[in-house]
Amino acid sequence: MRVNGVHYEREIEPRMTLGDFLRHEIGLTGTHLGCEHGVCGACTVLIDGRTGRSCLAFAMQEDGSEITTVESLAQGGELNILQQAFQDHHALQCGFCTPGMLMTLTELLRDNQNPNETEVRETLTGNLCRCTGYAAIVEAALDAAQRLAAAREA
Amino acid sequence: MGVKQFGARVKRVEDPALLKGQGRFVDDVKMPGVLHACFVRTPFAHAFVRNIDSTAALQLEGVVAVFTAADMPQRMRDERMPMLVPNAAIAALRTQHALATHEICYAGQTVAVVIAQSRYIAEDAAALVDVDYETLPAISDLRSAVAPGAAVAHSDLPDNIASSFKMEYGDVDAAFASAPHVFEEKLWQHRGGGMAMETRAVLATHDPATDMLTVWTGSQTPHIGRRMMADMLDRSVESIRCIAPDVGGGFGPKAIFYAEEPVIAACALKLGRPVKWVEDRREHFMCATQERDQYWDVALAVDAQGRIQGVRGALLHDTGAFVPWGIIMPYIAAATMPGPYVVPSYRLDVRVALTNKVATTPVRGAGRPQAVFAMERLMDRAARELGIDPAEIRRRNFVQPEQMPYSVGLMFRDGKPLIYDSGDYPKGQSEALRIADYEGFRARQSAALAQGRYIGIGIGNYVEGTGLGPFEGVTVRVLQNGKVAVATGATQQGQGTRTTLAQIVADSVGCRFEDVVVTVGDTAAIANGVGAFASRQAVNAGNSATLAGTAVQAQIVQLAAQTLGVAPEDIDVADGQAMARTGNKPVLTFGELARLSQGMPGFSMQPGQTAGLENTAYFTPPQAAYCSGTHVVEVEVDPETGGVKILRYSVAHDAGNIINPLIVDGQVQGGVAHGVGNALFEWMKYDEQGQPLTTSFADYLIPMATDVPTCEIAHVETPSPLNPLGVKGAGEGGTIPAPAAILAAVEDALRPFDVHVTETPLTPERIVELLEAAGAYEQINSQIEERA
Repeated sequence: MRVNGVHYEREIEPRMTLGDFLRHEIGLTGTHLGCEHGVCGACTVLIDGRTGRSCLAFAMQEDGSEITTVESLAQGGELNILQQAFQDHHALQCGFCTPGMLMTLTELLRDNQNPNETEVRETLTGNLCRCTGYAAIVEAALDAAQRLAAAREA
Repeated sequence: MGVKQFGARVKRVEDPALLKGQGRFVDDVKMPGVLHACFVRTPFAHAFVRNIDSTAALQLEGVVAVFTAADMPQRMRDERMPMLVPNAAIAALRTQHALATHEICYAGQTVAVVIAQSRYIAEDAAALVDVDYETLPAISDLRSAVAPGAAVAHSDLPDNIASSFKMEYGDVDAAFASAPHVFEEKLWQHRGGGMAMETRAVLATHDPATDMLTVWTGSQTPHIGRRMMADMLDRSVESIRCIAPDVGGGFGPKAIFYAEEPVIAACALKLGRPVKWVEDRREHFMCATQERDQYWDVALAVDAQGRIQGVRGALLHDTGAFVPWGIIMPYIAAATMPGPYVVPSYRLDVRVALTNKVATTPVRGAGRPQAVFAMERLMDRAARELGIDPAEIRRRNFVQPEQMPYSVGLMFRDGKPLIYDSGDYPKGQSEALRIADYEGFRARQSAALAQGRYIGIGIGNYVEGTGLGPFEGVTVRVLQNGKVAVATGATQQGQGTRTTLAQIVADSVGCRFEDVVVTVGDTAAIANGVGAFASRQAVNAGNSATLAGTAVQAQIVQLAAQTLGVAPEDIDVADGQAMARTGNKPVLTFGELARLSQGMPGFSMQPGQTAGLENTAYFTPPQAAYCSGTHVVEVEVDPETGGVKILRYSVAHDAGNIINPLIVDGQVQGGVAHGVGNALFEWMKYDEQGQPLTTSFADYLIPMATDVPTCEIAHVETPSPLNPLGVKGAGEGGTIPAPAAILAAVEDALRPFDVHVTETPLTPERIVELLEAAGAYEQINSQIEERA
C-alpha cells in the first residue's frame, strides 16, 4: 500500500488492523486508537481520499490503497492552514483526538469550501473530543475555510 | 523591556508536535524487544479464585509467560495496594491486591497477566488461561447494599458500610422547627467515568547496567506512582524513573495509582525485557475508576422571604469494591453544599457503601457537581413554591463580597477550616444573567410557547475549593546556551502546563517566552512532585514558578552587578540579558552569565555568589483557594422525543487572576461539555449481579459536537490573597454547576406540565416517562385539537 505517497510492502497477519499497521509496522504513530470499536474517530485516516476508521479496517483489505495520515499535512515541517487554525483557536488540549479531527476536516474542507457551522458540527459527530467541548474546533474549521478561500484567490 | 506574558492569550507550545502527529503518548514509545501484556480479568463481580491453570495459554506460540500473584515480588503478594488518601473516618480500609490472591470483588479485577510477542497473541492466550472460580453473592445496587440482610461485598466484612460521618454546624433542628417553610427533595445522581480519549497505558524497562527501572505511564501523578512502586517492588526511589509523556486526557481517574503499573514493572524486572500494556476501551469501562451513584435526601428551611435558615439531610455514596482514594468525594460533596449562600445551620449525614463494582474516585468536579445539584434543586423548589424568581431568591442568600474572608463553619478536605478566601458571588450571577439576557427570557418563552415550543432557563451557582496542597515544585535554571530550563512535578493531560509555566517564568526571570524550555511529568527532572488533581497546578506549580524565577533573577542581578562593577540597583534584566543602566550600558547575556556562574576551576567564588543560576521552589498553599461562578442555560425540550437542545449557555467564572485566557476559556468550555454529558447522557449501567452493561461508546454516550453549545464566558477576577500570583484553579468549574443549571432549564421548559426533575442523567427516555406520568401528552393533544 501507499501511505502519504510512500510505497510499503510488509508480510502481515491477516487480522492486523490498518491502525496497528500504520502505528506499529511502519511507525506512523500520529494516528491514535481511542476505542478500537469505530465510535471515537481518533483513528480516522483517508483511504483513497475518503475518511475511514483505521481501527475497523484490516490492513490487508487496503492492499493497493492510497492511505493519507496526519503526518502528511505539515509540508516541510510547517503547519498547514488547518493545523495553524487549530493552534490559533486553541482547538486541541490533550491532542489525542486531534489527528482524527484534522483528517475529517481535511476531507470536509476539500469537498465543501464554504461550510457553515451546522455542517461543520454534523461532520464532526464522528469524532469524539473529551477536552475542548468542540467550540474551538468548530471555530478553527470555519476560520481555516476562510483562510483557504483567501489562499485560493491569492 | 519584554512583553508581559502573564494574562496574555499566548498560543501553546505543546501544539505543533501534537498537530503534526509527533506527540509521544505511551504507546508511541518504541522499545526494541518489547513484549506485550494482556491481563486475565475476572468475569464475575464476586468470587473466590480456586485455581489458575496456565497450561493451554503457555502452549500457544509466542507466549512468553503467564504470571499470577505467586510470581510477584513478596510485598505485592502479601500486601494490598497502597491507600493513597487515608482518613480516620474510614471503617473499611480496603484496597485490592495487584493480582488477585483469593477473593475478587468486581468484574474486571486483575487475576493474572499474560506476556507475549504481540498484543494479539497475548489477548488470545489470556482467553486460554483457565481460572476456577467459586462465585459468591454480589451486591450491585447502592441502596440495596445498605439494606438489612444485603450480600456483603467482601466476605470477611460484617456489612457494606465503608464509612459514615457527619458534617454539621449550627442548631439545624431548631432552625427547621421554627422555619415557616421546609422543602424536601430526594435526588439520584449518577456520574460516569472520566473517559479520556487515551486509555491507560504502561511501558516498563529495566537497564541492568545502571539498575534503572524506567516506567512510562499515562498518569496524572508520576511522582506518586514512583513512590508507590518503590515500596511495592522494594527498590529505592532513586532507581525508578517514572515518565508521564503526552497523556491523552486525565479528568481524575488517571490520578489513581493502579494495579497494572507495579505488575507491568515487576514483569519487566522478572523477564529482563521491556513490557508494554495498553488498556482497551472495554477494560477502561470495567477497570478505570468512575464516580457513579449518589442518593441525596435533603431539606431546606427558609423564612417567608426565602432566606435560608438551615439545610439538613443524608447522602449515600457508592465507593465500589475498594477505597483507593479514600472518602474524598462524599467529603467534598458534603463540604460543597452550602456553596455561595449564607446557610446559618447545616447537617449532612454521610454514608459510604461498598458494592461489587470498580472503585469510585474523583472525576472532574469530584462530588461537587452532585452537591451543587442538590443545593440548587432546593433553591429552585423554594423559589417556585414561594413565587420568587430563581435569580432573586439566590440574590437574597448570597455571601456578600464584604464578608470575605468568609468562614462557612465546616472543615474542608485539606483539614483546614472551610474559609472562602475571596469572591464576588452577586457580581458573578449578575454577569451571567446579563450575557444570558435573563431579563428578556420570559418574553422569549411566551413567544416560543405560542408556537408550541417548550423553552426554559436554569441557573447554577457554585463555590469550589481549588489549588489544594501539599505542594508542587519548580526548578528554574539558566543554561549556557541562553535558554531557561524549567522542571516541575506538575503534569499535563491537555491543560497547557508547559505554556503557562513558561509564561510565568519568562516574566519572573526576565527572558523571552520562546527561550523557556519546560519539562513536565518526569521524575528525573525534579526530586519531589505531586501531580494533577483538584484544579491545583496553576496555584501550586504556578506560584513555585514565580518564586523560583524571582530568585534566579536576583542571582542574575547580583552576578551581573559584580561582573560589571555596578550596584545591583543599576542592573535591568529583560529579554534574556542583564544590562547596566550606567556608563556605556554594558550587557551580559544569560548564556554568558550562566558560564560565569560556574566559576573557574581552582578559584574561589565571589562572596555571596551561588553556584549556577538555579533555584527550586516548593510552594505550599496554606489552604484551598475558592473559585466560583454562575452558569445560565437556555434549552428547548421536544416533548415528542424527550430530546433536549441547549440554545444558549452563559458562564461567569472567577478563577482569580488569569494566566492565559485562551487556556482558561478552553478549560471552561471543555468542563461544560463534561457537565452536559453528566446532565443528559452518561450512565455507567450495571446489572443486579454487578455486571457492567455499558462498555462501549455505543452504549455509554459522551457528548458530540452537535450536543455542546459554544459558551459565552465572562471572567470575574477576584484575586486570591493566599498566593503571590492571586490565582485559583480553573479545571473543574466548567463541569460543576452544569447539571444543576441544565436540569433546572429542562424543568422550566416543562413547567406547563408541572414536571419535577430530580435525577441525572436525564435521558430522553426518562423525560418522556416523566411527561407521560404528568399527563402531558393528553394535554398537548387536546391543545392541538383545540387549535384545529
